Amino acid sequence: MSYMSKPRIAHPGLKKNALGLTRRDYEGGMSTLCAGCGHDSITAAIIQACFELAIEPHRVAKVSGIGCSSKTPAYFLSASHGFNSVHGRMPAVATGANAANRDLSYIGVSGDGDSLSIGLGQFCHAMRRNLDMLYLIENNGVYGLTKGQFSASADVGSKAKRGEINEQPPIDPVLTALAMGGTFVARSFSGDKEQLVPLIKAGLKHKGFALIDVLSPCVTFNDHEDSTKSYAYTRQHYHPALETDFVRPAEEIMADYDAGAAMSIELHDGSMIVLRKAAQDYDPQNRGTAFAYIKDKLRDSEFLTGLLYVEETAPDMHVLSHTADRPLVDFGWEDLCPGSSALPEILKRYR
Amino acid sequence: MKPTDTSNPEYFHRVVDCQWACPAHTDVPEYIRLIAQGQFTDAYMVNRESNVFPGVLGRVCDRPCEPACRRGRVEDKPVAICRLKRVASDLKGAFKDRLPVVPETSNGKRVACIGAGPASLTVANDLVPLGYQVTIFEALARPGGLMRTNIPAFRLPAEILDSEIDVILDMGVELKLGHRIDSMEALLDEGWDAVFVGSGAPRGKDLDLPGREEASANIHIGIDWLESVAFDHVEKIGERVLIIGVGNTAMDCCRSSLRLGSTDVKVMARKPRDFFKASDWELEDAEEENVEIVVNHSPKEFVLEDGRLVGMRFDQMEYQVDDDGRITDQRVIGERFIPADDVVLAIGQENAFPWVERGLGIEFDKWDVPIVDETTFQSTRAGVFFGGDAAFGPKNIIWAVEHGHQAAVSVHKHCTGADVSDRLPVTMNLSSRKMGIHEWSYKNDYNPLERGLMPHVSLTQRFRKLNIEVELGFSPEQAEKEVQRCLNCDIQTAFTDRLCIECDACIDICPTDCLTITGNGTEEDLRQRLKAPSENPDQLLFVSGPLMHTARVMVKDENLCVHCGLCAERCPTAAWDMQKSRFSFPYAIDEEEACLSRNRRSA
Repeated sequence: MSYMSKPRIAHPGLKKNALGLTRRDYEGGMSTLCAGCGHDSITAAIIQACFELAIEPHRVAKVSGIGCSSKTPAYFLSASHGFNSVHGRMPAVATGANAANRDLSYIGVSGDGDSLSIGLGQFCHAMRRNLDMLYLIENNGVYGLTKGQFSASADVGSKAKRGEINEQPPIDPVLTALAMGGTFVARSFSGDKEQLVPLIKAGLKHKGFALIDVLSPCVTFNDHEDSTKSYAYTRQHYHPALETDFVRPAEEIMADYDAGAAMSIELHDGSMIVLRKAAQDYDPQNRGTAFAYIKDKLRDSEFLTGLLYVEETAPDMHVLSHTADRPLVDFGWEDLCPGSSALPEILKRYR
Repeated sequence: MKPTDTSNPEYFHRVVDCQWACPAHTDVPEYIRLIAQGQFTDAYMVNRESNVFPGVLGRVCDRPCEPACRRGRVEDKPVAICRLKRVASDLKGAFKDRLPVVPETSNGKRVACIGAGPASLTVANDLVPLGYQVTIFEALARPGGLMRTNIPAFRLPAEILDSEIDVILDMGVELKLGHRIDSMEALLDEGWDAVFVGSGAPRGKDLDLPGREEASANIHIGIDWLESVAFDHVEKIGERVLIIGVGNTAMDCCRSSLRLGSTDVKVMARKPRDFFKASDWELEDAEEENVEIVVNHSPKEFVLEDGRLVGMRFDQMEYQVDDDGRITDQRVIGERFIPADDVVLAIGQENAFPWVERGLGIEFDKWDVPIVDETTFQSTRAGVFFGGDAAFGPKNIIWAVEHGHQAAVSVHKHCTGADVSDRLPVTMNLSSRKMGIHEWSYKNDYNPLERGLMPHVSLTQRFRKLNIEVELGFSPEQAEKEVQRCLNCDIQTAFTDRLCIECDACIDICPTDCLTITGNGTEEDLRQRLKAPSENPDQLLFVSGPLMHTARVMVKDENLCVHCGLCAERCPTAAWDMQKSRFSFPYAIDEEEACLSRNRRSA
C-alpha cells in the first residue's frame, strides 16, 4: 500500500459533468491492493462510468463481501453509501437494501471466490429474483487474499505460481448467469476500459440484475507463464463478440453503424445500448444460442467479451413481489408499523 | 513518433524547467532539497558552483527560473526560488575550506580581464584554481561593476557584494582599481596569454528632445546617476522627479529618488502596462512605495523657465492592440505638461568600445559591436574574449556569470593550445530513488501550500537611510514551508518499455492524467489523443518503444507531471522508476581534469 495519498491537484483541463463534478470527485480512498492489480483498473472504470452518467454519489449504494475484490468499494465513490458484508452474502444484503430503497443505484463488487464458491447460492438467487443492481465479478482465478490457491473459476490446465496444475473444471459465471435467468450478462477485461466503461454504464441503467464478469489479472499470484488469467494470456485470448456503446436518453447516436451489423436496445429509462456484432451469426437476445456459442468458444480457449446477452423486459424483484412503487424508506413509521392493535386484523387474514 | 531518447541529457534537463531556464543551469531542486534538510552551507555550495554569487543573485537575480517553474503551471504561483537562494546564503556556515585549492605555483599563463563585474570575476574564479595569474583592471574605485553601480544598496547591501567578491579575490587575483584601459592595442602589446573583456554596457541612452541641452543640469542619465549615488557623489534630488522609461533601471531610479529627498516620483511610460520591460516584482516593490506609474505618455519636450527645468511636455497616446497583444496602430490624442524639478532617463543602455582600435583583428559588425562567437565567446582575434553585457548587450548578472564560465573554458583551451570550439559534452547521471516497496528517498507528497510573501521593512522606516535593505529575507520557518512547494522535477520518471505489462495502474493513479497508452502516431496526432488535453506544445512528449503485449506506446505529456512518483509506486514491474537526474556542465576545471586523464591513459 502507498503511504501517501493521491494529490488533490488535478489537470486544469479536467472536464466537469452535468452536476459540475469532475472525475476526481468520484474517487475514493487510496487502494491498498497490490500495485498493478486489475481490480484497480476496474475501480477506475467505475469512477469514469459514474462520472460520465453524472450520477449523484449519494444516490449510490456500494455493497461487497470478502476478498481483494470486496475491498475495492472503499476506493471509489467516497460520498456514496456502502456495506462490506460477510463472505458470499453480499447479494442478501443488497436484496435487503434494495427492498428498503428501490430508488438507489446498487453496485455490488464481488470476486470469483466470493461469488463462485462460498456465495454461489446467493449469487444464483439474486439472478433468479432479478434484483435491480450492477454485479461485478472481479475474476482472477485465484484466492489472492489467502496467497494464491486456485479458485472455482480456474481453468483446467492452468498452472499455479507454486507449480501445481488445476484439474477441476471451472464454474463460468457467464454460463451460470445464462442458466439462472440473468437478464444482462456481459464479460470484459480490466485492461480494456474502452469496452468496460460503456458496459458499466449500461449495466447501471439496466432494470434488473446486470452481471459483468471482468477478467482481472492477479499481478501477484496469477500473472506468470502458464497462467490462463494473466495479462498476457488474456490479451491473446479475449475476443470482443460485440462492441457496446451506451447512449443516454435524448442523446443523439453519433457514430456511424453498418446497418446489418448494429442493433439497438432501448433501456428502461430511455437510454439506448447499441451493439455491433463482430461474429456474424451471434444473437445477444437468444439465450439458447448465446449459451451454446459462448461454450463452444470457451472450449477453444477463447473468452468472448462484450454484452453477451440482454433482456430488458423481464420483471425485476419489485415487480415480482408486488411491492409499492414508493421506496419503503419514504414511508412514515406509522405506515410501516401499524402497531400491536392492528396485528389481530393482519393475523385474521391467515386464519 | 520515434521512441524518446532519454539517454540524451537534454530530454530530462528540459523537464527540470527551472534549471533549463537558468542560463547558468543552477541545480535548483537539489539546493531546495538541501535547504529543506537544513544543510544551508551545502545548498550555498551547489549554488556557488554554477552561479558564483548566490548572496547577490538571491536578492537581485532576474529569475528566469521562476516564470518557467512547473508549480506556476500546476497552480498560479511558482516556487519562490530566488528567495530560497537567499535563505541558503543568509544561513550558511563556514565554507571557505570547500573552495577549490589554488596551486602554490602558477602555470605561467597570464590573463587580463577588463572590468571587475560578474563576468570577469567568474573568469578569475574558474581560472585561478588552475594556476593562472589573473589580473582584473577596473576603472572605478571599487570592484563589482553594475552589481555595485546600478543596483541600489537598499536592494543589495554592499557587505553582501563585498563578501562574495572577496572570496574570489582572496584566491589570489590581482585587482587594479582606478585603472581604466584606454587602448586595447597597448594592452595586447603587454603580451598577455589571453584577454577577457567584461566591461559591460556602460553607455546609457540619451533622449534628444528640445530643451535637452539647456536643461542638462537637471537631466540625468539613469545608469550614470545610479553610479554617482552608489559612490556618494550625489546625495539629493529635487522634490518632483520624472523617470523616463519603465525597465528595471527605471525602478531603481525611482526608488533611489525617494530616498534622496523627492516626494513626488512619476515613472513615465510610453506604452500600456503589458509592454513594460520591468519585472513584475520590481514594479510591485516600486508601487508599494507609492511611485506613480503613468502610462501612454510619449516624451515631447523639456520645458524651461528662466533657463531652468520646470517640467516636461508629453504626447498622450492611444494604441490599438490585437488579440495577440501586439500594437497595430497608435495615435496622439492630446498633450500634457507635467511639472518636475529633475528628470532621470532610464531608456536603455548599450555597449561602446571607443578604446578598442580597429585593425587589431577584432572585427566589428554593422552596429559597431565586436563579432563574438556564441559558444566560445572568442572574438575574431584568437585569445581575445568577450563576455557579460560587453558580448551581446545588456542582459542580467546570471547571464554574465555563464558567459564567464564559458569564456574561462575557452581561455584555458586557448592557453593549452587546444581548439576552443572543441568542448566537453553535458553529461547526465541517473540514479533510482527507490528505497523500499513504497519508500522513496525524496519527499514526494504534494503540498498545496501557497507561495510565501517576502517580509519588508515598513514604509516609515525604510526611507530614513539610503542603504536600509528593504527585503528582510525569509525566516527559517517561512523557508521550511516554501521548500515544500518544490515539485522535485529532477526526480525523473524513467520508463523501461520491455518491462511494461500494460496493467493501466499508472494511468489510473496519475493525479494530473499525464500518461496515456495508445497507438503510435505523429506528434500532432498523439497530442489529440492524450488522456488530458495537451495545452502546452512547448513541453515535450515522452514516447516509449512498442509495448510487449499490444505494440501500443506509453506517452507522457511532461507539462503537468507533479513528480509524485505514484506511477512508479503503483507499477508492479518497476517499468516506471523515479530516478534523480544530475547534470554535469563542464567548467574549466573539468576540461583540465579531462586533459589530465587523457594524458594518463596515453602515458
